[in-house]
Amino acid sequence: MTPAIQIEQLRKSFGTVTALDGLDLTVQTGEVHGLLGPNGAGKSTTIRVLLGLLRADAGRAVVLGGDPWDDAVDLHHRLAYVPGDVELWPNLTGGEAIDLMARLRGGLDPGRRRNLVERFDLDPSKKARTYSKGNRQKVAIIAALASDVELLILDEPTAGLDPLMETVFQQFIAEAKTDGRTVLLSSHILAQVEKLCDTISIIRRGEVVQTGTLAQMRHLTRTTIEADTLRPAGTLAESAGVHNFHDENGRARFDVDSEHLDAVIRRLGELGVRSITSHPPTLEELMLRHYGDELAGAGARGAR
Amino acid sequence: MSAATTLPTHARSSSRSRSALAGTGAMTRFMLRRDRVRLPVWIAGLTLFGVGTVGSFEQTYPTAADRATAADLSSLPAVTAMVGRIYSRDDYTYGVMTGHQMYVFMALLLGLMSILAFVRHTRAEEETGRAELLRSSVLGRHAQLTAAFIVVGGANAVTGLLIAAGLSGSGADGVTGEGSLLFAAGLVAAGLVFTAVAAVTSQITEYARGASGMALAVLGVTYAVRAVGDVAESGLSWVSPLFWGQVTRSFAADQRWWPLLLLVALAALLAAVAYALRVRRDVGAGLRPARLGSATASPALSSPLGLAFRLQRATLIAWSVGLLVLAVTYGSLVDSIQDMFDQISSLDDLIRDIAGATLIESWLVTVLSLTGMIASIQAVLAVLRLRSEETAGRAEPILATAVSRHRWAASHLTMAFGGSAAVMILVGLGFGIATALATDDGGWLGDMLAAAFVQLPAIWVAAGFAMAVIGLAPRLSPLAWLVPAYAIAVVYMGQILRFPEWTRALSPFGHVPELPAGDFELVPVILLLAIAAALTWVGLAGLRRRDIPVG
Repeated sequence: MTPAIQIEQLRKSFGTVTALDGLDLTVQTGEVHGLLGPNGAGKSTTIRVLLGLLRADAGRAVVLGGDPWDDAVDLHHRLAYVPGDVELWPNLTGGEAIDLMARLRGGLDPGRRRNLVERFDLDPSKKARTYSKGNRQKVAIIAALASDVELLILDEPTAGLDPLMETVFQQFIAEAKTDGRTVLLSSHILAQVEKLCDTISIIRRGEVVQTGTLAQMRHLTRTTIEADTLRPAGTLAESAGVHNFHDENGRARFDVDSEHLDAVIRRLGELGVRSITSHPPTLEELMLRHYGDELAGAGARGAR
Repeated sequence: MSAATTLPTHARSSSRSRSALAGTGAMTRFMLRRDRVRLPVWIAGLTLFGVGTVGSFEQTYPTAADRATAADLSSLPAVTAMVGRIYSRDDYTYGVMTGHQMYVFMALLLGLMSILAFVRHTRAEEETGRAELLRSSVLGRHAQLTAAFIVVGGANAVTGLLIAAGLSGSGADGVTGEGSLLFAAGLVAAGLVFTAVAAVTSQITEYARGASGMALAVLGVTYAVRAVGDVAESGLSWVSPLFWGQVTRSFAADQRWWPLLLLVALAALLAAVAYALRVRRDVGAGLRPARLGSATASPALSSPLGLAFRLQRATLIAWSVGLLVLAVTYGSLVDSIQDMFDQISSLDDLIRDIAGATLIESWLVTVLSLTGMIASIQAVLAVLRLRSEETAGRAEPILATAVSRHRWAASHLTMAFGGSAAVMILVGLGFGIATALATDDGGWLGDMLAAAFVQLPAIWVAAGFAMAVIGLAPRLSPLAWLVPAYAIAVVYMGQILRFPEWTRALSPFGHVPELPAGDFELVPVILLLAIAAALTWVGLAGLRRRDIPVG
């Protein structure tokens, strides 16, 4: 089966700023693919090229078998897009905006629309100028999901949604996957990508530095543990699945692979735990650890 | 807000007045910085207009006999409706002429500047949410409103001082120092009234457009009420603050200062109302709750054109009504203008000579050309909507659907080209019918329709130029205003300052067949249409090739 999206050596600069620097990306048909990267890494630029809004300087992009720039109109019948910053027409109601966008794409399923509006708890009769960021995002999400399309391109779609709505969103993405639709989801939140995606591509400074299935990315889902123990914890350093072990005055700090977490916690218990904290690694930590990014630099480059 | 109410009463009252105004100074400086170009341009324009007119009066009416005739004409009902009741008719000096003929127009312009500036700094800021950001820093409850009053009131005061200085320095007959001061003070006081009107409307509605629209409607009503009252010579005029400024009779022997008190008192009262309303509402909210709309889109909203029509409908209606009123007013004046030409010789200079045409026909050419230029503003605005949709991030969601760039652009271009055609048909009809009624000659209707319609190719060149700019150099999109601005400048200033003929040829309106004075010429019309089409095509080609959005 041909991939839904195939990008080879894509390059794009804005003046002196290089946004995409030889980016490669393949999204298989029917998968949920996460595009993970810090702000300014080039996620939105990649998506805008895929939508034919931006013209790449070099490289090749194929979307649903067509050229995103030349065949934009035909392709857009078959895909739906949710931008990161949803801007709506202030004097149109949310419901009007949903219908308009879906109609321009080629129509919508009224039953699905009703269901989406209800589940996302949106009042479609309010004027868009009264909507919060989260509500504007709901409008774009509903318009996209209510359309019968093969490919969903979602650019940080839940940035303004509350946790409850985030859960609703996840359910709909799962449904879309069951229906056989392809989803490209960009995010800078690791946990979100982890929950939804089959495959993840990590993008950094305009190129994909790693791509693979979640299992292949197991090292990304290590848990960081800091523990204060009665007896020295130095023996843990040699245990299977433990990485980056540090001992600072009796306070141990290390990362554990998820599949070894249970065993490591048992051994830790035997050492007499006085206090313990654990957290999943943040994207920033991952970037710092795996790719040597500077924390300050990650967010400072112009977001595009 | 709820936190404040839990404080002990004494703690609240002691720090209240100071904290309510905290940050006013910083806010004022911030507003001045944002307006460092806009306000000086307004002030300079108003001053030049106010002071420059005295000079043109001296040119147009050189002798005492001319001034006496001007006084006779200025008391005609049509002129009275436009500028107000005449006073000091027996001694109609350049000063009195300025006070009588210029006050209402200048007050309207100061009101316009005040309303736009005030709403921009208050309600527009709240609507975008920037005010919330500022209010959360150390900024008192009343700081923004107070700073806006300082900035806009200050702009009025500076304009007034410059006009007073310019007028008293002009040395024209009858333009006294005290009269200049009174005239300018009357303008400033009227400006303050409309500033305060904008302050009140900014509290009522949540939207900047609504706030300025409401205030401008008040401005329009005060003008209309005064016009009706003045023509009927009834007490109705006293309802309008514009009349209060007029009854100061500036530059007359019996000029009086007390009407200014009325204006200042009204401004103060309205400002107090604005502050009181401000306390009663939350940041971002209006007193009038937003209405709910339809939960689903009507079938009309199924295409880019449907959306463009929905977005531009209100603006187009407003322009149509405005230009229709203008056309009907001018049309009904044709008879009185004819009288004026019969009596004054020097007015010839203001109207371009067209061989073989009567003066009234030449005058009509100028007026219709001007109407076409004003209509071209609507056309350029409609095209620029493409750019504002793009920068606001609203073009992206449309272009991400199965809508091509050309189809999207065509939707707003249709509003520009079709909208201006609709406006000019209305202008032609309004002008023609009003003229036919005023002169009892039905033949005018067809003449005026043709004369209005023949402006369209030039209007479309302006729209095409705007499209070319948006397609090729989107960041320079304000350049789109070049065509209407140049055209209006040439026709307004060119006649009085005697610009060379080629300056007219650079404007598309310089090539419009001069109906009804001259003959219809096909070649320039076809050329203008070709240029409009070429510019539009170039713009569309550029739009197809470039990135969207270009920030």
